[in-house]
Amino acid sequence: MKLSGAQILMEIFREQQVDTVFGYPGGAVLNIYDELYKASDWLRHVITCHEQGASHAADGYARATGKTGVVLATSGPGATNLVTGIATAYLDSTPMVAITGNVACPLIGRDSFQEVDITGVTMPITKHNYMVKDVTRLADTLREAFLIAASDRPGPVLVDIPKDVQTAQCEFIPAAREIAAKRKPLNEEDVKRAAELISSAKRPFLYIGGGVVAAGAGKELLTLAQTIGAPIGASMMGLSAVPHSHPLFLGMTGMHGRYAASKALDRSDLIIAVGTRFSDRATGNKQEFSKDHKVLHIDIDPAEISKNIPAYVALVADVKQALAALNALGLAHSDPEWLTEVQALKAAPDNHLTMDANVLNPQLVLQAVNKRLPPDSPVATDVGQHQMWVAQYYSFEKPRTLITSGGLGTMGFGMGAAMGACIGTGLKKTLLVTSDGSFHMNMNELATAVANQLPLIVLVLNNSVLGMVRQWQTMFFGKRYSNTTLNRPTDFCLLAQAFGAKGLRLETLDKLDSVLDKAFATQGPVVVDVRINRDEMVLPMIPPNGSIRDMILRG
Amino acid sequence: MENARLILSLLVNNESGVLTRISGLFARRGFNIDSLSVGETQNPRVSRITIQAAGDEYVRDQIMHQLEKLHDVKVVKLMAQEATVLRELLLVKVHAEPATRSQVLDAVTVFRAKVIDLTPATMTMELTGEKSKLDAFITYLEPLGIIEVCRTGVTAIGRGGYTLKENEEE
Repeated sequence: MKLSGAQILMEIFREQQVDTVFGYPGGAVLNIYDELYKASDWLRHVITCHEQGASHAADGYARATGKTGVVLATSGPGATNLVTGIATAYLDSTPMVAITGNVACPLIGRDSFQEVDITGVTMPITKHNYMVKDVTRLADTLREAFLIAASDRPGPVLVDIPKDVQTAQCEFIPAAREIAAKRKPLNEEDVKRAAELISSAKRPFLYIGGGVVAAGAGKELLTLAQTIGAPIGASMMGLSAVPHSHPLFLGMTGMHGRYAASKALDRSDLIIAVGTRFSDRATGNKQEFSKDHKVLHIDIDPAEISKNIPAYVALVADVKQALAALNALGLAHSDPEWLTEVQALKAAPDNHLTMDANVLNPQLVLQAVNKRLPPDSPVATDVGQHQMWVAQYYSFEKPRTLITSGGLGTMGFGMGAAMGACIGTGLKKTLLVTSDGSFHMNMNELATAVANQLPLIVLVLNNSVLGMVRQWQTMFFGKRYSNTTLNRPTDFCLLAQAFGAKGLRLETLDKLDSVLDKAFATQGPVVVDVRINRDEMVLPMIPPNGSIRDMILRG
Repeated sequence: MENARLILSLLVNNESGVLTRISGLFARRGFNIDSLSVGETQNPRVSRITIQAAGDEYVRDQIMHQLEKLHDVKVVKLMAQEATVLRELLLVKVHAEPATRSQVLDAVTVFRAKVIDLTPATMTMELTGEKSKLDAFITYLEPLGIIEVCRTGVTAIGRGGYTLKENEEE
């Protein structure tokens, strides 16, 4: 059958089992929107307030579900507004397909109205991108885009479709959906060497990253941990991969990692790094980090092996497959004293830092929220102190429940991402923990949440300052608070109401339960303005490029 | 390992933007390209690129792995230099008034270059060979007055059965 480019796009969405597209219409995608109108019985389109929100929503959708998120924007500013969202997805390896319209082919290269070279702009932040100038190439290019986005180490792919390609017609031949590209078989020699290394270790430590979440390898990881008697620490992206209540799980490692996790990592003689890329925020000083232990690195991306931390042995493979192969071998258990030492670290007072319990503080708020929210509910964050507190104090029990921007650290990520996660999980009660700084960036998307009546609780940890930057200014810049004291008079309750959401304020500890109960009883979106102390710090902290020996435990 | 000369041969999709993807990757990861040459292969859908770079073991491995991740890059091979023929083409134009012309022609003979254009005041020559030979030729010509130099960058091919194939698994 002969179809137009815009119709072919719909057919490919159907083929790829896309059920939701986040986007924003405009001149160069009118033909696509016309087809979306006709496809509305099977394809949901969520219009956001800003293309950036749509890109984060597609990202949040993908993180919460594991499926590829799809975002659609018009040419020029529509396309450039996606850039931060695409970069966020790229740095955290989220599968995403971004579709942009562009001016008609004869107008390309003439600085036409709303023309931007978006493939040029997004080249360094996509796994791959395309401009399709021939409608007969469109279907296969889109198929390839979906395949690339989801295969191996996932990531964003952009397809730019000029307006005249959307209207041009050609024969469309339906095809079956191709599932992720074939992977190289595991190298048996490497598996054997890895197994020998693990068996010879006295104090192994499992250091896990987002790759474990992406591969859905939590079960295999726990089996390995139990077999060899190794504690587990996670980078921020690795949180939620295994239940945080598991006795072998020690929490996050790195700059704001938990005492026991960082300490055990330092004390280990073998770091088994799984699906992680040793970001500088996770390792601190790289020389210190790699001292006195060997590293076994398991990752699907060969370019990550020895990129940041030299690997003694490496397994380049799908994490789930690699762990299963290791579990199939007879691996020796660690020294009996090792787990005793680890449990002592876990019980140490330094591992149980508490904030002043006499006042309303983020720790108490997050613990109270944790009790109320079902374990399979998504928890999104923005970026800053509140994000670290969530990473430290929220106990994630199910994979893909933490939706947070790790690599890029995108303030303003939260609103869009929370909406995407909420929609992707079939409208589960969703929590966004944000702050006055981050929320001010993209709070416009509250309108989208209201329009779609999403069951979204927005917890604004409001300290009137840019807390994380202020913390650095306190510690490293002689308390010169340059441009971090906001003191904006924004009334988040009135603001929520203006958008058509519910607004609540939580100012004192005695109201904690009653306000949260009200928030959780709300059907649609609700914003809770939580007033916290501006000098609350994220602790522990290992200063940038520092090591465990520089760990600051108390302010 | 010290910084060593690296010769990389690539088979890539012959599509617009491929060169930008490759040079962009080098730029943003902080690797230097010393020279780059590109041309179509016997298969018009495939181009072959030769990159000369310098780096230690770490840089070498990163360049290879990162290049291999580019969707348009089909094969990346670090050429074993003892099993590889390296060539570069040089075009050079010099002042060649009657007084100096014979000196230039001496060099042409010794270096086995070829005169490809001659005017009353200038002479243009081509020379192929390894980089060191081209460098030596230029050094000799310099005092005689070089007007223009144009070099293609290194191109490389393996000796005998040492070949670059598509879908190569290493």
